[in-house]
Amino acid sequence: MHIPDGFLTPATYLPAWLASAGFLTGFLKRLAGTLQDRAVPLMAVLAAFIFAAQMLNFPVYAGTSGHLLGGVLAAVLVGPYAGAVILSLVLAVQALVFQDGGLTALGANIFNMALAGAFLGYFIYAGLLRLLGPARRLWAAGAAAWFSVVLAAGLCGLQLAISGVAPLGLVLPAMLFIHLFIGLGEALITVAILETVLRVRPELVYQLEAERP
Amino acid sequence: MKKKEMLLGLLIALLLAAFLSPLASSWPDGLEKVAGQLGFLERGGAAAPAPAPDYLVPGIRSGALSTALAGLAGTLVVFGASLGLAALLRRKRVR
Repeated sequence: MHIPDGFLTPATYLPAWLASAGFLTGFLKRLAGTLQDRAVPLMAVLAAFIFAAQMLNFPVYAGTSGHLLGGVLAAVLVGPYAGAVILSLVLAVQALVFQDGGLTALGANIFNMALAGAFLGYFIYAGLLRLLGPARRLWAAGAAAWFSVVLAAGLCGLQLAISGVAPLGLVLPAMLFIHLFIGLGEALITVAILETVLRVRPELVYQLEAERP
Repeated sequence: MKKKEMLLGLLIALLLAAFLSPLASSWPDGLEKVAGQLGFLERGGAAAPAPAPDYLVPGIRSGALSTALAGLAGTLVVFGASLGLAALLRRKRVR
């Protein structure tokens, strides 16, 4: 759901740019004081993997495709701040090098997929984890992954409606409906990768140690 | 994460980008589909030129090869940029 240039009016994309730049600056400042050595290679691998995976569109239904966004996957592994930063970096390279997502819309795309998708997605995962218990970590991650895609789609629909390209009553339900299905792909891929990481190198999962009593 | 694991992870990402990206579904994604249905797809465009629009490296006739090369290049750029950024963030703490 990378918004191209032309869909959003300045009254929508400028505030989105400001909000995204503000949050990211705060995240970078916070990471500069707390990022652990072991997070550095993991962030690089995750960013590379998410970029590659975002190229792999899977058919969803009747002539519609979707691909992994990877926000919750990233945040579960490197935390909400680093997760949002690597998603933003992936979105920036996609816009600058491949015209996947517009430059004017980059702030909105970061807002939807990095700030809501990864950062907020992490707290949805953390809340579900507390509710379900650590034994159902994969369920928490899968549900958060699904919800993060629907949430990002809803925000995208709102921005399109504010920009006046389509009435809210049409564009919001249409965006939400399609992404109910695309989100299932997101949940499946997220769970499959996390299951592997938890089996092979569980210490790579963010704050797993800190959760232990 | 050990250095060997990092390189293995990068290799997996490169293999996905090179060999699976040409096989990806070319159906419109969720947003494009909605834009088509609601009639605002043609409003979309690009505000500035880019080196490889739509994941195609200019000057290469084969679409699959062009996509694979774009995927490889993009994966390396993202890997390098995030490694550099993360290393910079980590070093700042020491100062």
